[in-house]
Amino acid sequence: MARNVTTQRKIITTAAAWTIGLIIFFPIYWTILTSFKTEAQAINDPPLFFAFNWTLENYAIVQERSDYMKFLWNSVVIAGGSTILGTLIAIPAAWSMAFVPSVRTKDILLWMLSTKMLPAVGVLYPISLVFVQFNLLDTRGGLMVVLMLINLPIIVWMLYSYFKEIPGEILEAARMDGATLKEEILYVLTPMAIPGIASTLLLNFILAWNEAFWTLNLTATNAAPLTAFIASYSSPEGLFFAKLSAASTMAIAPILILGWLSQKQLVRGLTFGAVK
Amino acid sequence: MFLKGTLCAATALTLITAGGAFADGHSATITIATVNNGDMIRMQGYTDGFTAETGIAVEWVTLEENVLRQRVTTDITTKGGAFDIMTIGMYETPIWGSNGWLVPLNDLSAEYDAADLLPAMAGGLSHEGTLYAAPFYGESSMVMYRTDLMAAAGLEMPDAPSWSFIAKAAREMTDRDNDINGVCLRGKAGWGEGGAFITAMSNSFGARWFDEDWNAQFDTREWSDTLNFYVNMMNDAGPAGYATNGFNENLSLFNQGKCGMWIDATVAASFVTGDDSTVADSVGFALAPDNGMGVRSNWLWAWALAIPAGTQQEAEAKQFIEWATGKGYIEQVAANEGWANVPPGARTSLYENANYQAVPFAQMTLDSILSADPTNSTVDPSPYVGIQFAAIPEFAGIATEVSQEFSAAYAGQQSIEEALEKAQAITNDAMEAAGYR
Repeated sequence: MARNVTTQRKIITTAAAWTIGLIIFFPIYWTILTSFKTEAQAINDPPLFFAFNWTLENYAIVQERSDYMKFLWNSVVIAGGSTILGTLIAIPAAWSMAFVPSVRTKDILLWMLSTKMLPAVGVLYPISLVFVQFNLLDTRGGLMVVLMLINLPIIVWMLYSYFKEIPGEILEAARMDGATLKEEILYVLTPMAIPGIASTLLLNFILAWNEAFWTLNLTATNAAPLTAFIASYSSPEGLFFAKLSAASTMAIAPILILGWLSQKQLVRGLTFGAVK
Repeated sequence: MFLKGTLCAATALTLITAGGAFADGHSATITIATVNNGDMIRMQGYTDGFTAETGIAVEWVTLEENVLRQRVTTDITTKGGAFDIMTIGMYETPIWGSNGWLVPLNDLSAEYDAADLLPAMAGGLSHEGTLYAAPFYGESSMVMYRTDLMAAAGLEMPDAPSWSFIAKAAREMTDRDNDINGVCLRGKAGWGEGGAFITAMSNSFGARWFDEDWNAQFDTREWSDTLNFYVNMMNDAGPAGYATNGFNENLSLFNQGKCGMWIDATVAASFVTGDDSTVADSVGFALAPDNGMGVRSNWLWAWALAIPAGTQQEAEAKQFIEWATGKGYIEQVAANEGWANVPPGARTSLYENANYQAVPFAQMTLDSILSADPTNSTVDPSPYVGIQFAAIPEFAGIATEVSQEFSAAYAGQQSIEEALEKAQAITNDAMEAAGYR
């Protein structure tokens, strides 16, 4: 009887997981499918699922109109740079909060997280003015700094929760063996937290890759990443849905592949310490 | 050791790329922010010719209309200098011009022939007689209808129909069994979507947004008449879910043969008669309807090129504007792609050209543009310039909220009376807060 219930439950949970997964994946699937339609087929009513003439013309047009590689390189540099910069700052910060906490550590953590609750547009003008003042508009370096600052609370929080799982005694033992602070963090703490650091890096790379407010508002031509590439095909008046879908598919493909390749590490890192 | 090496390499890479990135300066090229629509994209394809002719390189930043508006507004108010030319519309130009944010364009060359610009366009892109943006293309709105369905209904579309004729024809042409709707109109929330349509329509019913003291006028009979007429007609003869239909949705419906009539932007004429339309051979055009009160329900809009004050490359930017909005560009496009594909609605000479007169929608487009007067758009006097908008900075925000209330009424989520009451309160509150009242 008990076995029966377990099987039934398994079927239900599997079906539920598949349903949720398919619902989440559907917009991506639809985008990819639309990218192979003509503009007329893209807006056909009823929607066309498979029975249409598949075409690559949208990809050809998008390639012809835009310098995809330039946008891609900017995305790689900005997302990668901001993630590395953020991690370099967050590891020592998370170490101090996890292993030498003060009475205010929890408050600081919460305060850091609260900065994520501020709508970005609320600081558009101050940030823009700073960028103008320091000649940072339309530079990859400026965007790296902004995206690093935006994602820093999440990086610190994630690393803090991973570090909390590591017994402080191990670090103490290293200290007693004569390890300096730098050696303690580099050779003892970091290797033990590699799964956590890897998943933090990946998640923040994805967040920085997809960031579409600052990357649109602080760039023009030199530093514009793939978000600007997609935006250039978005149009409320005119029929460009198929081209927009082709541009979107090209923009999400690298990050989708990266996510696919690293999904084991990502899941392992995200669930690190979740079950004792 | 490996970890240390990795971290050092990663840091070095970051610093190198960041260093290179910080060094990214603005080159001697001009940068143009523009919207993503067919005519603008076509122009981008021709800029190599401009570069070859003048030696001035052109960089494009193409964005969706609302993102573009936010982006260029931020840039112009923070004096960011990211753009040398901006694509803006009739709404922004007089406001930005009056703020001193744009370079006046009164000194364009004699060959450019600024006097040839259609007066309605030049007027809408000027402030106190000074031109601040050169029209690249202009549009009004008009009736696009199915000649075959109209004939089948035993009716004949006049060149200048009335709203009562449109309503009658819409009901006659509706065939629910065959999924044919008599009329397709915008109902989608947004000041530039359903808000623009209903505002232009209300003008022909004698309504206006504000009286001369900037008091909201949604509590008047004229506004009630407009909304009741619209909702009754759309419920009887409009497509299901019309409250969420905008330009694209209606274009799709019309092209698939599901609309008897569609009243929308004149630029849509080339789409409904183009390759993507299944009804291209049976489309007729007429002026936007009126109610016999002396004002028609057509709007006026232009996408225009303007130079932000403070640009370092004003002379080069003006050179580009003269090239892109001049007669030579029109001739170039006509020679390569045919007269139906030239940017319409900006120059008088285009409509005097015999080749262009042969394009089926050319005359009706011109007539529609000529019959629109942004400085005198309402039956009773109003304090604002603009037909489907009031050219004040606060309008976009207020009209977006008001159109949301209207869309909720179209969808049956509230009554028309409730929507109008809320619109009245929203508008008066906002105008009071802004110091108009």
